[in-house]
Amino acid sequence: MKKILLMGNPNVGKSVIFSRLTGVRVIASNYPGTTVGYTRGTMKLSGEKAEVVDVPGTYSLNPTCKAEEVAVEMCGDGDLVINVVDATNLERNLNLTLQLLKKDVPMVVALNMWDEAKHIGVTIDENKLEHLLGVPVVPTVAVTGEGIKDLVQQLPQARPGRLTYDDEERWHEIGRIVEQVQQVTHRHHTFLERLGDASINPISGIPIALVALGVTFSIIRFLGEGLIGYIFEPIFENMWAPLMMKLSAILGSGGFLHDILIGKLVAGEIDFVESMGLLTTGLFVPLAMVLPYVFAFYLILSFLEDSGYLPRLAILVDNIMHRIGLHGLAIIPMLLGLGCNVPGAMSTRILETRKERFISTTLMAICVPCAAQLAMIVGLVGRAGVRGLIQVFGTLALVWITLGYLLNRLIRGESPEIFVEIPPYRLPYLAGLSKKMWMRVSRFLREAIPFVILGVLIVNVLYTLKVIDFVGKITAPVITGILGLPREAVAALMVGFLRKDVAVGMLSPLGLDFNQLVVASVVLAMYFPCVATFVVMAKELGLRDMVLSMMIMIAATLVVGGVLNWLL
Amino acid sequence: MERVNLTMMKSGDRGTVTEINGGQRVKARLGALGIRPGAKITKKSSQLLRGPVTIGMGNTQAAIGFGMAKKIIVDLEQ
Ligand SMILES: Nc1nc2c(ncn2[C@@H]2O[C@H](COP(=O)(O)OP(=O)(O)OP(=O)(O)O)[C@@H](O)[C@H]2O)c(=O)[nH]1
Ligand SMILES: [Mg+2]
Repeated sequence: MKKILLMGNPNVGKSVIFSRLTGVRVIASNYPGTTVGYTRGTMKLSGEKAEVVDVPGTYSLNPTCKAEEVAVEMCGDGDLVINVVDATNLERNLNLTLQLLKKDVPMVVALNMWDEAKHIGVTIDENKLEHLLGVPVVPTVAVTGEGIKDLVQQLPQARPGRLTYDDEERWHEIGRIVEQVQQVTHRHHTFLERLGDASINPISGIPIALVALGVTFSIIRFLGEGLIGYIFEPIFENMWAPLMMKLSAILGSGGFLHDILIGKLVAGEIDFVESMGLLTTGLFVPLAMVLPYVFAFYLILSFLEDSGYLPRLAILVDNIMHRIGLHGLAIIPMLLGLGCNVPGAMSTRILETRKERFISTTLMAICVPCAAQLAMIVGLVGRAGVRGLIQVFGTLALVWITLGYLLNRLIRGESPEIFVEIPPYRLPYLAGLSKKMWMRVSRFLREAIPFVILGVLIVNVLYTLKVIDFVGKITAPVITGILGLPREAVAALMVGFLRKDVAVGMLSPLGLDFNQLVVASVVLAMYFPCVATFVVMAKELGLRDMVLSMMIMIAATLVVGGVLNWLL
Repeated sequence: MERVNLTMMKSGDRGTVTEINGGQRVKARLGALGIRPGAKITKKSSQLLRGPVTIGMGNTQAAIGFGMAKKIIVDLEQ
């Protein structure tokens, strides 16, 4: 099968074009470094099936970070390259194009962002460019699909370019080409451009960031609480509960099968959080406690990603990040981690050195709870008052900065400075935004529901087999002695390997007092990643660093949990 | 004509890059985005406490760490 590679600078629209060509959904966002690994799909090329690969963006064929390394490695084994070029930045993009031409693979150039180029007064003579480069050039607007058909039609005409030049003379050659094909007409600054300037100017940028943060929190809370209070809880309480009570009666209000499916009745009623049955807690936790917050969080995150705000935020926080051995861009793995630690860990590939990747992955795994876990903490601890939430998240933030400071001192290696392209602000396309939301929410449902149900099942089995009693006894010195929690809390820690949201939910029937609840929430967030994160971390960090990271994790949990228990 | 490094420029100043005062790696990284001798740039902003400097170059904007920005030597446009 022929292999078609989508290559180009970061943030030029490769992933959107990939989705258009193959129908395979991938995440596209308005910041450089969205794609950090490759995704494969297929399309028809002259009647035959061909493989298409979405590749991370790179500015040149000399990689500077892990994501770019992936791109450059890929570059060798394509039968055909679609070089995606940002028409609004022709000169910079041609730098890679000319390097690719030297590789002598059949190539087609997609002049993407054609709409924006027109909008800002850039006109490019695509025929002349085609003539100069010696490969087909097709203007496209990936987000609307304009020109994609032409692109597909031109693929069979792909050919190695005929441009020859000296490497030293590359920029000179680019200048010569741009001069011949591009015309720029003057135009006034747009509102979005002015907003762009204002949000990187420290005097206006920091207030803008604070407002954005405040608005983000309010919207997530409003949406999350609203969906739970007005939609999901009423559905479960008024419609599902009566049904389950009937089933409970049919099953004889007790016994093994009853306990597995319905769980334990609390005062003769189903308690969706505490009963721990597959059909009660197993459905209620992912759907009515977690999903609303996951939805709200991803809505805001996707909007921020598509608007182009994230790289600007990275610049504003750059200074703080340097204290912990990172630079501003490391805010991106942290933010993605708040949704799910798995993409968070992957996105550390946009950082340049091993030291940065180690620190950011470790800090994220320890101090950044995912949306599912967050929702459960808000649900359980928040019930008892806002103070608990402040204690839990305040502690995690404090650990993040302290541990980061220490790691920066202890871990050898380089922490380079930030160097990042800042994309223009864009109004998110509704179609793109909703596609991304759908991808993320459906992925959550596909993974959460089976795993939560499995978690609930395992809890039941472990209790029945008295495994939890046994492990509880062994670990009592740590769980009770250091952390001040009841022995049974060990069950939550065991299930936490599988799913952290279920684990937090398991704290509910233990009758913890307020302070114990705070300690337990912090410990559950910190002590170990869930299995999915664990696998990705091991792959990204390698065995040695993974073991080191785990040791730091466990040590930090014991210290922080112990101190918290002693303080409260 | 006044010759300064990027961190000394004021927001809104324009100039032409004359030299990158660093090793091969820095030159390659900056060069990949087109920041090289001869490039015309505008300084957009700088962050407090020796934070990153933002520049505009055609339609590209980029943020550059303070240390790296110091290595970029610019002839100011009057
Ligand atoms: N206006 C406009 N926006 C576009 C076009 N193509 C892509 N975009 C937007 O540009 C941004 C970047 O698109 P991606 O497909 O993620 O870019 P990429 O090249 O895959 O980026 P990396 O994975 O970071 O290398 C997204 O916000 C898209 O919605 C286009 O033709 N016109
Ligand atoms: Mg991409």
